[in-house]
Amino acid sequence: MSTLDPAGPAAQSIAGVWWAMMAGSLLILALMMALILWPFFKRHQPREVPERMWLWGGGLAFPLAVLTGLLVWGLPAGQSMLAGREEGVYTVEAEAFQWGWNFRYPDREGVTQEVLHVPAGEPVDVAVTSLDVIHAFWVPRLAGKVDAIPGTTNTLRIMASEPGIYEGMCAEFCGLEHATMRFQVVAHAPGDYQAALNAALAGEGQP
Amino acid sequence: MSSTGSTPLGLHRALHRVWQVPKGVAALSAVNHSAVGRRFIITAFVYFAIGGMLAMMMRAQLARPENPFLGADAYNQIFTMHGTVMMFLFAIPLIEGIALYLLPKILGARDLSYPRLSAFGYWCYLFGATIILVSMLMGVAPDSGWFMYTPLSSSTFTPGINADVWLLGVTFVEISAVCAAVEIVVTILKVRTAGMALSRMPLMAWYLLVTAGMMILAFPPLILGSVLLEIERAFDWPFFDPDRGGAPLLWQHLFWLFGHPEVYIIFLPAAGAVSTLIPVFARTKIVGYTWIVASIIALAFLSFGLWVHHMFTVGIPHLALAFFSTASMLVAVPTAIQVFAWVATLMRGRPRMSLPMLYLMGFFSVFILGGLTGVMLALVPFNWQAHDTHFVVAHLHYVLIGGFVFPMLAATYYWLPLVTGRLPVFSVSKAAFWLIFLGFHGTFLIMHFTGLLGMPRRVFTYEAGLGWDVPNLISSIGGFVMTAGFALFVLDVILQVRFGRRFRRNPWGGTGLDWAMPTPSPSYNFASLPLVTSRDPLEDNPRLGADIAAGKGYLAGAPRGEMETLCVDMATGKPDHVLVLPRNDYTPFLMASGLAVFFVAFLFSAYWFSLTGVVIAAIFGWRWLWSLGGKADPAPIDAGHGLILPVHYASRSVPTILGLKYLLVGNAAFYGSLVFGYLFLWTTAPDWPPPALMAANPLLVALMAPGLAAAAAFAVNAGRANRAGNARAALFQLAGSVIASLVALAALAALAVLDAPSPQGHAYAAITMAVIGYVMLHVLLGVLFGAYAIARCRAGYVSAVRSADIRGVAIWQLYTAVSGLGGLALIILAPGAMA
Repeated sequence: MSTLDPAGPAAQSIAGVWWAMMAGSLLILALMMALILWPFFKRHQPREVPERMWLWGGGLAFPLAVLTGLLVWGLPAGQSMLAGREEGVYTVEAEAFQWGWNFRYPDREGVTQEVLHVPAGEPVDVAVTSLDVIHAFWVPRLAGKVDAIPGTTNTLRIMASEPGIYEGMCAEFCGLEHATMRFQVVAHAPGDYQAALNAALAGEGQP
Repeated sequence: MSSTGSTPLGLHRALHRVWQVPKGVAALSAVNHSAVGRRFIITAFVYFAIGGMLAMMMRAQLARPENPFLGADAYNQIFTMHGTVMMFLFAIPLIEGIALYLLPKILGARDLSYPRLSAFGYWCYLFGATIILVSMLMGVAPDSGWFMYTPLSSSTFTPGINADVWLLGVTFVEISAVCAAVEIVVTILKVRTAGMALSRMPLMAWYLLVTAGMMILAFPPLILGSVLLEIERAFDWPFFDPDRGGAPLLWQHLFWLFGHPEVYIIFLPAAGAVSTLIPVFARTKIVGYTWIVASIIALAFLSFGLWVHHMFTVGIPHLALAFFSTASMLVAVPTAIQVFAWVATLMRGRPRMSLPMLYLMGFFSVFILGGLTGVMLALVPFNWQAHDTHFVVAHLHYVLIGGFVFPMLAATYYWLPLVTGRLPVFSVSKAAFWLIFLGFHGTFLIMHFTGLLGMPRRVFTYEAGLGWDVPNLISSIGGFVMTAGFALFVLDVILQVRFGRRFRRNPWGGTGLDWAMPTPSPSYNFASLPLVTSRDPLEDNPRLGADIAAGKGYLAGAPRGEMETLCVDMATGKPDHVLVLPRNDYTPFLMASGLAVFFVAFLFSAYWFSLTGVVIAAIFGWRWLWSLGGKADPAPIDAGHGLILPVHYASRSVPTILGLKYLLVGNAAFYGSLVFGYLFLWTTAPDWPPPALMAANPLLVALMAPGLAAAAAFAVNAGRANRAGNARAALFQLAGSVIASLVALAALAALAVLDAPSPQGHAYAAITMAVIGYVMLHVLLGVLFGAYAIARCRAGYVSAVRSADIRGVAIWQLYTAVSGLGGLALIILAPGAMA
């Protein structure tokens, strides 16, 4: 369930962003602590400091430069999770409740519970809503999360690069059984998908 | 020199007789700022210990997978209580306590602007906090998370009293926050010593001024949200119910409109302590005083523009996300300016690693990392992964413990000698630091990775084999090490109080007025009030403390047997009048007790009985107001050095009026949040337009609108007539104002009963009724205040010079008219647009 073991393009790019931000942060932290601790070790007489350099340079220019760079480079990492920009993307519905998940598929009767079947290697839009309180749909290895809010539908784009089973969970606190409100995303090879979905929907129909 | 011939000891005895804080049961009547401030601080630290114990229970539960120690129900109560206790019962009250304790001492005053108000705030805090604590001992503590998201916290999904405890208890406590905020703002703006212009104020005062200003604006949205949710739970008005036109997200907006500024409300006073301590221990002056003031004001503004970054996953349009993402990052800039000002100060001076400085090093390393992870979380794509995981838990503890607890520990060590008159026992405090510091990083550094490994927050257990076992165990061990460190800190404070080394004055070499007083600080602070000519008065005159004690300043001693302090012109610090402060008084305690009756009765659904509490509170409120001022125009006071000043209630710039204005600013924020709620529901909630709209009877509108306007006009004219010396005309105008208010009140009641749809049916009807209720409450209070002013005039408390009562009514009626007419226009005209 690790975001650092990505299995889809969105999770992949975010993991990359994380490692870069972590390295940058450690660098900045080391630099700042060196600046703060150095005056305790140097031996010198009190002297005037170049106030403008510290405040304009350190306080203003330095953070603005870093933040601009981060925004320009980092914001696009989320592009692959945005739904609704083009037509014809396969869209499934996820319906959260206390405590479980129903998944519906286009042009199909019935639901699968606690298991979402998707084709691997292509984008899938998940339309997320809730029947009662607020939950959140999250599959850490595939993409970020989106809240399931009663009365509203939020859409998240996910994609599993390879067939496999990916663990998902409710990420928004939703009451007593929040901790165990798990589900799975099963990605099938595109050729096998319809058959697998048929079998799953048929299987759910039986007690 | 006004009281010639007095020795320092003679002055002390005279002042002590007037100012002393009563002991025993009579301590309930104490209003002295040092006493009330100490009570806040000690109570807050008790709640810190309670919150810490809750945290240890959580860490014990999560130490290993599938741990049977706690069940889901107990765990949910514990994590909810941990957040609630630490935020509302520890951090905010500690800030209030430190501000109330310290402000008069750094401003060169003898007390705050409204000593009774801070005492009242303390009792509200203590009673509200007790309600919350008792609920936990009875096993019915809040369990929906400290931000209480609806609909989980609605009566459908949380049927017990758990959520009511939170809503009522926290609201009760927040009354104290609003009181303290008004108190702090007015004190800083008015109650300073002679010559202390704004530009000469110690930086700590600037920080607290901005903090209190933010509190006045930020707490009302939370209080409004709590009131609406409690009304929904108690009376089934569906503000947040999506099945009846309500919006769960309205709660989140109101909560985070408070919740984000709250982070800076907690951080700024701590940063103020950093800005105070760094130059002292670097043996130089702060670099960039003006830069720092500008940056904290910028921080305050920015902090109100980025609440949405707690809601990046709720489905906000992408363009808005990019905006809030950028705004959230921009807030790093004013913070960076302060950090670099501190760095430059260290560079300029010759810093020494004294004990408070050691804790500041802890602050730097922890807080900078917390700031950096904050920037990461402001980046939307990363936020979507990290949100609601243990990464966020780690981040917020880095910010709050780094940005608040470490500086506050440093501040405690710095100012404790002022309280105790003793210096710390060094070795214990050093060991405490290292345990806290290492324990903290041990707990929370690894927790970033626990979150990225996929562990969500607020889960009471997890199964083995997900890679979460080892990091959780490390966090738990770190947590217990940190707890041991805090225990050692407590031990050290006790040791210092009992056995610390005594000292004379100014142990650290501070340059502010707080170190120009005897230690432990006397209840009256200063035997006379000094004239200040720079930012560092104690550096200009190292013998300032002795001069003050010898009565060489203004208002030396207590020759009139009154508690007196100076009020100054806001900007320049030129003395303006003498504030004669109230004696110890049981009224604040009794009024808060009345409110406690209300809150407890409401909690147990005894709604009609709860009104008894309101009546009790109102009676003591009336008595409180009645005790202000005097029955004759007071003679001017000779403050010494040729300075003759009026008494406060005979002055145009009496603090009462200023406080009323700031209270109304907070009230306007409350009302603005309500109007925001109306518009938010209208534009975004499902199931709109509603089935039934309000059709206001034109006759009622024709009565209430002119009624509201006339009530204000009469009250303003009463003020004019009074000022012109025409007492009789003023009395008639006041009567006119009361009658106009009564007409408006009757029309509003008819509107609520006859024209407005039933508030249970739809969120539209509920919020419409809420607006009507708000206006009615204000008109009703206008009637009471008008009646009060009439009674005061007849009893002889009002004259052309003593005008505060009438001016207060005029301001209230003006506010009621403007807010009422605006709100009524919205709810009467909007249905046309909806239909």
